[in-house]
Amino acid sequence: MFARLQKDRRRLLGLALLIYILPFILHNPYYLTVLNLSALNILTVCGLTLLIGYAGQISLGHAGFWALGAYGSALLSLHTGWSPWITTLLALLGTIGLAALMGVTILRLRGNYLVMATLAFNLAVYFFLVEAEDLTGGPPGLPGIPPYKLGPLVLASDLAAYFLIWTVLLLILFLTFNLVHSSEGRALKALAASETAAACLGINPHWYKVLAFVLSAAYASLAGSFYAHYLSFISPKTFDIFFSVELVAMSLFGGRGSIWGAVLGAGTLTPLPHLLSFFDEYRDLIYGALLMGVLIFFPQGLMGLLERVLRSKSSGLKS
Amino acid sequence: MGEILKLQTVSKSFGGVKALRGVSFSLEDGEILGLIGPNGAGKTTLINVISGLLKEDQGHILFEGHSLKGLSPWQRAALGLARTFQHIQVFADLTVLENVLCGLHRQRKTSFWAHFLRLPAAVAEEKDFESRAYQALALVGLKEKASWEAETLPYGEQKKVVLARSLVSNPRLLLLDEPAGGLNERETEELGQILLKLKTKGMTLLLVEHDLNLVMNICDRVVVLNQGEVIAMGSPLEIQKNNRVLEAYLGK
Repeated sequence: MFARLQKDRRRLLGLALLIYILPFILHNPYYLTVLNLSALNILTVCGLTLLIGYAGQISLGHAGFWALGAYGSALLSLHTGWSPWITTLLALLGTIGLAALMGVTILRLRGNYLVMATLAFNLAVYFFLVEAEDLTGGPPGLPGIPPYKLGPLVLASDLAAYFLIWTVLLLILFLTFNLVHSSEGRALKALAASETAAACLGINPHWYKVLAFVLSAAYASLAGSFYAHYLSFISPKTFDIFFSVELVAMSLFGGRGSIWGAVLGAGTLTPLPHLLSFFDEYRDLIYGALLMGVLIFFPQGLMGLLERVLRSKSSGLKS
Repeated sequence: MGEILKLQTVSKSFGGVKALRGVSFSLEDGEILGLIGPNGAGKTTLINVISGLLKEDQGHILFEGHSLKGLSPWQRAALGLARTFQHIQVFADLTVLENVLCGLHRQRKTSFWAHFLRLPAAVAEEKDFESRAYQALALVGLKEKASWEAETLPYGEQKKVVLARSLVSNPRLLLLDEPAGGLNERETEELGQILLKLKTKGMTLLLVEHDLNLVMNICDRVVVLNQGEVIAMGSPLEIQKNNRVLEAYLGK
C-alpha cells in the first residue's frame, strides 16, 4: 500500500527532475509550446482516467469543461479586471458546481446513454460559445486575455508558462497519487470492477461516480484556464467534440486505469502530430494507424506494454 | 440472545414465477443458520432480497429491529449486513490486501480531502486498516499472498479473499452464498473451520450451501426452502429425518 505510493512518488520525482532540466537543453520556444500543451492535456487526461479507468464511466464531453475553465476565467478577468489567479479559481468552483449538478442527474444513466448525455453537454457549450457572440466573441474567438502574474513577474513567455504549468501539473499528479492509493482510489477501482460487489461492501456507487466526474471536470477546467491565460487567445473551435474524443483516445492509448498511462498517453499523443508533420498529408493516416494499432494489439495501452516489457526483462534476468 | 434478522412473509415474483412465497424465519444473534434447498428453491433470490439487490414484492425484513425497507445495498452494508456472492467477485486491478481493505470502507471516518492531501488522520486510518486487513488475511490463511494481484490467485483462494473482504469489518451478519461451491474437500473443510471461528467471534452467519455435509457439520439450525416456501426448520438432525425434506430432495 504505502510501497506503491512511494514507488509512484519516486517516479514523480524523476519526472520532475527531467521537466526542470529540459528547458536548459531545449532552446527552441516551439518545443516549449508543445510541451506546455502536452502538460495541459496530461492534466485533463489524468482526470479522465479517474473517471474512465477508476470509476468505470465514460465521457465524451470533457472539452466542454475545458471550455468552461477557459472562457469562464478569460471573460471574468477581461470584464472585471481581477487577477487571473482569482478568475481561474472562480471558474474552477463554477465548473465544480455545474459538474456536481450534472453528475447527480446524468450519472444515473449507463453506458451509451451517459456518452450521449456528455456529448450533448459538449455540443451545447460549443454552440453557446459560437452563438453568444456579444459575450464570447463568437467563432472568431476571444483575444487579449491577460496572463498570470507573480508579483512584478508577468508569466507570459513560453518559458515562464512552462514552469508554471508543469509545476501545477506535478503538484496535481502528487495529489492524485495520494488519492488513488487511498481508500477513495480503492473504492473507485472496486466500482469499476463490480458495482454490485462494491455496493455490498458499503461503497455508495452513485457518490463515487459523481466524485470522479466532478474531479475530472475540475482538472479539465483548470487546464482550460491555464490554456486561456497562457495563449491569450481562445476560440470555440478548440473545444469541439473532436477534442473530447481525442482526450478519451489519449486516456485509452496510455492505458486506462493508470495515472502514469494518462501521462504517457497525453504526453506522446499531443506532440505526435507535430513530430509527424514531416509526413505532410500522410500525417493523420499514420496518427490514426498508430492509435488503432496500440488499441487493438495492446488493449492495456502503452502502460500495459511497458509493464509487460519490464516484467519479461526482470524474469529473464532471474532465469 | 435476540433476533438479529427477521423475515416476515417475504414474497418475490419474476413475471409469473413465484420465486419466494411468504418466507418467514429469523436468525438468532450469534448462530450459524443453514439455508438449503434444491436448485431453483429461491435461496439466492432470498439473499439478494435481504442484501437489497432485489426488492421484495411483499413482506418485511427487520435487521436488529429496524426495517430495511427502501435502503439500498450500500446502506444495508453500512449497517453491518455483509454478503458474499456465489460467483466470486474479486476486484480486478487490486492486490489481495487492497481487496480486503475495500471491506473496511464502511468504517471510514476520514473525508475525501484528508486522503487527497494525505493528512495525518488519513495515514493513521490507513495503517489501522492495513493491520486489520492482515488479521483477516491471516484468518483465511492468505497473509503471505497479500501483495499478489487478486485475479492471479487460484479459484479457491479468490473465494477466501472475498470472504476476508466481507468479514474484515466485523459485520453483525454475514450472508454467504455458496461459499464452498467449486472448492475441493480439503478447502471445504478449511472453510468450515474459518466459519466456526467467525461464530466464536460473535458473528451471525446465514449460510446458503449445496454441500450438505458442511451445513450439517457447522450449522446450529437449518431452514429448508423448496419452490419459494419454507418446508422445514430445525436442528441438522431433525432436518435429516424430515420426510418433506427427503421428498423435496429425492422426489417421490
